[in-house]
Amino acid sequence: MADFEIPVLNEIPVVPTPKPGATAHLKSFPATKQHQEPLGYPGELVDNWQTKAIEVMGELLGKYRSLPVFLDSCVKCGSCADKCHYFLGTGDPKNMPVARQDLFRSVYRKHFTPAGKLLGDLVGAREMTRELLDDWYNYFHQCSQCRRCSVFCPYGIDTAEISMAAREIMDRIGLGQKYCNEIIGKVYSVGNNLGLPLKALNNTLEGLEEDIEEDTGHPIKFPVDVHGAEVLLVTPSADFFAEPHIDGLIGYGKVFHQAGISWTLSSKATEAANFAMFIGSYENMVKISRRIRDAAIELGVKRIVFGECGHAWRVAYSFLNTLAGPWDFLDPRYPVPQHICEFSNDLIKRGAVRLDKSANDHMTLTFHDSCNVARGSRMGDFEGGQLVIPRELIKASCGKFVDMHPDTIGEKSFCCGGGGGLLTDDLIELRVKGAQPRMEALKQVVENDGVTHMASICAICKAQFTKVLPYYGMEMGMIVSVHQLVSNAILLGSND
Amino acid sequence: MSILFAVLFYAATIVLVAGLGLKVAQYVRVPAPLKIPTTPAPLTQGGAAFRVAREVVIFESLFKSNKWLWAMAVMFHFGLVLVLIRHVRYFIEPVPMVITLMQPFGIYGGLLMIIGLFMLLGRRLVLPRIRYITGPSDLLMLVLLIGIGCSGALMVNFVHTDIIGVKAFFLGLMTFNWQKLPADPLLYVHLALVAALMLVFPFSKLLHVPGIFFSPTRNQVDDARERRHLAPWAAKYEANKTMP
Repeated sequence: MADFEIPVLNEIPVVPTPKPGATAHLKSFPATKQHQEPLGYPGELVDNWQTKAIEVMGELLGKYRSLPVFLDSCVKCGSCADKCHYFLGTGDPKNMPVARQDLFRSVYRKHFTPAGKLLGDLVGAREMTRELLDDWYNYFHQCSQCRRCSVFCPYGIDTAEISMAAREIMDRIGLGQKYCNEIIGKVYSVGNNLGLPLKALNNTLEGLEEDIEEDTGHPIKFPVDVHGAEVLLVTPSADFFAEPHIDGLIGYGKVFHQAGISWTLSSKATEAANFAMFIGSYENMVKISRRIRDAAIELGVKRIVFGECGHAWRVAYSFLNTLAGPWDFLDPRYPVPQHICEFSNDLIKRGAVRLDKSANDHMTLTFHDSCNVARGSRMGDFEGGQLVIPRELIKASCGKFVDMHPDTIGEKSFCCGGGGGLLTDDLIELRVKGAQPRMEALKQVVENDGVTHMASICAICKAQFTKVLPYYGMEMGMIVSVHQLVSNAILLGSND
Repeated sequence: MSILFAVLFYAATIVLVAGLGLKVAQYVRVPAPLKIPTTPAPLTQGGAAFRVAREVVIFESLFKSNKWLWAMAVMFHFGLVLVLIRHVRYFIEPVPMVITLMQPFGIYGGLLMIIGLFMLLGRRLVLPRIRYITGPSDLLMLVLLIGIGCSGALMVNFVHTDIIGVKAFFLGLMTFNWQKLPADPLLYVHLALVAALMLVFPFSKLLHVPGIFFSPTRNQVDDARERRHLAPWAAKYEANKTMP
């Protein structure tokens, strides 16, 4: 099935001995001119790329406090070294977070610190050579920006910040990554990551409405561009046709219907994800975020709710107020934006939506905490709500729930292996190997507790697991949307 | 020799204070434009301050990560704190009661610190993945600290130095009323290494000391939806639509 070795799933996790160069051959396709230019980046590597790279690094050092603090503070204690799923799955030492940062730090030392200028090698300072740039390209595209290392760092150093800065620098000297930049281009030209045109979307939604009515006897609607609706729903475009994403979308529709809350999608914002975060581009993040603001104003909605999408939720929860706020024209009684899990869980707790758990009796669930939700956002009005609320929702929909090993969930959750702009087929070896720690924890609860399904609230996690589960001898259908469970269990019709 | 050490310590103090001052000024000046606390994060300012305090005092994240490494780090850092408290008596007169009472603990602290440092050094040499990330400066830093610790411990326990004279020398430096430094090779070694540590402090990984207080993933409050967070350069960008 694969021309590479599938990692072994152990009963007790094993930290690999470093195997230098193990993933040096894993290079995602670089962007071409047509992917670079719509984002405002040079089409190919510029002539004076070294000077330019140092110049951009200097600019970023003056804009993001995280950079000088993180670059100066690391003591090389190695606390992070065995925490990255890509290191655990591949053994390549440059996938240890500290070593990944050092690719960047060495250039910082050389050009921006007195010690590096004076002492060079002794303090790990290096010139930005072509060889090092190639390492940058390979290894900063082997980081899913999942922030797991930052949980364990005694100084809170977040490798994601470094890899975002590195990608920004590479974009600006003309060495972008095809996957991310092509997708951002599609958001600008078509409106969503998948390049799904509005006509196709309308057809899909109409078909969906017919199918659900046939199935349930209830007229569940998926409205687009309805002026004056209460809620604007912004959801990842994968929800419109990928499996199991679409089953989640059906769940959202049923919840809105049953709660009697009017809602709409916007043809201007048919995508929740903001891939500009992956490339660390503030400008592009603003541009993508403003679509949502424009849509909300145009449709005159009172609330904004985001569908199940991990990275989208980090940008939405943590950055949207900064990038596209203030949101003072929306209903002040609700946080802006809200997560669909917060929204549904609240309705269920208040009895506005009722569930019959027995509909999911054929499943035993576990929950995969998506990294950007767990470590980069919140839900609800209490610390850690992003870990509690999805679980409450699952338990309200399903009788049997088992958590995976505590070192692999919550803030310590392992990335699915496909986040941060790596969900591309040219990186399939990395994706399969990077999923190893999660697969190991999953296999444990499958064997010991009879878990049959794993729920997730992230479009990338769902797509990634669908693809990699078979490599580990598990069914791709094991991965389900949280709102798919709600959809199965919801009692439609009179609430009496 | 006394003049040499006097000049050395004045220079080291200036470099330490000015170097750290400039670094802190940089950390203060550069904004954190986005809300990036590693969540779950505290919802209040007080909560965030308490989180930073836990990192500084009990190394909370390191404890989550690796109990062995945490134990070694605690031995070294707590030992060092006790040693530093013990040393206060060489710089003030009269010596406060607390400092006098702390003297014996300072000696145990010194031993604890040296053992911790040797364990940290051994770990760097033995564990393959830690050896991979260890550079020459990481080893030199440990050797420097071990040198300081051992020379100090030798003077306390075996080859006593003229401590009254040392105190007079430093009080003299502080009041610009210069005194002779006792002629003792071990003391010279100890003091030269300490001055070297002060000199490299603002240019090395010892910047983790101020760094932790400015780490956005630890010191930010989780209130992104409630309060709009906008850096000055981001506000300019919003107003002018061109990136400053």
